[in-house]
Amino acid sequence: MHEMSICESILGVLRDQAHQQKFDKVKRVCVEIGPLSGVEIEALRFGFDVVMRGSIAEEAVLDIIETPAKAWCFSCGKDIVIIERYDPCPDCGSHQLQVTGGEELRIKELEVN
Amino acid sequence: MCTVCGCGEGEVRVEGADKAQGHKHDDRHDHGHGHHHDGHHHHHHGDHGTLDYGAGEAGAVVPGMSQGRMIQLEHDILAKNNTYAAENRNFFANHGILALNLVSSPGSGKTALLVKTIELLGDRLKSYVVEGDQQTSADAERIRATGAPAIQINTGKGCHLDGHMVGHAVEHLGPEDGSVLFIENVGNLVCPAAFDLGEAHKVAILSVTEGEDKPLKYPDMFAVSDLVLVNKTDLLPYLDFDVGAAVANARKVNPAIKVLQVSARSGEGMDAWIAWLAAARAMALVGHPLGAAAE
Repeated sequence: MHEMSICESILGVLRDQAHQQKFDKVKRVCVEIGPLSGVEIEALRFGFDVVMRGSIAEEAVLDIIETPAKAWCFSCGKDIVIIERYDPCPDCGSHQLQVTGGEELRIKELEVN
Repeated sequence: MCTVCGCGEGEVRVEGADKAQGHKHDDRHDHGHGHHHDGHHHHHHGDHGTLDYGAGEAGAVVPGMSQGRMIQLEHDILAKNNTYAAENRNFFANHGILALNLVSSPGSGKTALLVKTIELLGDRLKSYVVEGDQQTSADAERIRATGAPAIQINTGKGCHLDGHMVGHAVEHLGPEDGSVLFIENVGNLVCPAAFDLGEAHKVAILSVTEGEDKPLKYPDMFAVSDLVLVNKTDLLPYLDFDVGAAVANARKVNPAIKVLQVSARSGEGMDAWIAWLAAARAMALVGHPLGAAAE
């Protein structure tokens, strides 16, 4: 349930940005979420609606870009795509992998007025 | 509520602070984030010197002009937490403090393990403990019975500790230079994985009464931990727990993870854990005057 905290963090960023960039309504929030970020997307959507209520982003649409999880296989020396952290390399079966993508937890852009 | 740092969100309380004592951000725990201290601060210093983060009300005044436009941000959602964590890490480095973030499911034996560890460390290494739980200060009291200073953070509805809470707790605890700080996170194998506290290492505790597939079920936590303590090994004769499978599963998620088998109850394996602590502390002291003095 830390998706609620994540949503609180998003709202914190929106408020900071509202001060800095002089806007008072957020129409759309575009976030990039990786499958290895530890965030459950449905819980994030639920938390977003609850947390944004009564705020500058009350009517904001949450757009989620799901990034792929990627890793580097030490055995074959190649970039591979994984689904879970414990997945083996699809080519050689090794678990000696360095995760290189999929941990994104980022606000990409905002539409405001 | 402080809308800048989120002090008023949730129902977090940090105990152990003197009620009369003001909440100072300008001494040890310097946020440097434009905390609004004019007028009053919204952490409620409750009975027994508890810091209550839930006393404030939400809301922020947002001035601005209407103007539809796109803003490219590329802003890390956890950036604020990471800023607090970086400040904590900086404080620990400057004071030669080894900070460890202990994570596990509820009931893995974290507190019992800590009590035993503090007893074994004895006078060799001064220990301090931050205890995170949703409610009660029972765990901090168990730690204090060993003589080690401990502070309880009650997260209220929260499922994890964050960098900001730990910064305040450390401010109130005032650990001495060259000591070890154990941060016992809320018993939860999911959420604490995402929140850096400024620790040197996350240590995951997995008791043998849990399944050996736990590292696969909760991979994020094992991916960010440097050490797994397989605890309650004194119960192994009565269980079907396969230690080898548990280790293999942890390594599937994190090939570099170290695993030690311990029993806080019987003391078995505790010497290896104490040796690991000594090595981690030596690393924490590299570049610190206390490290040079020890050579």
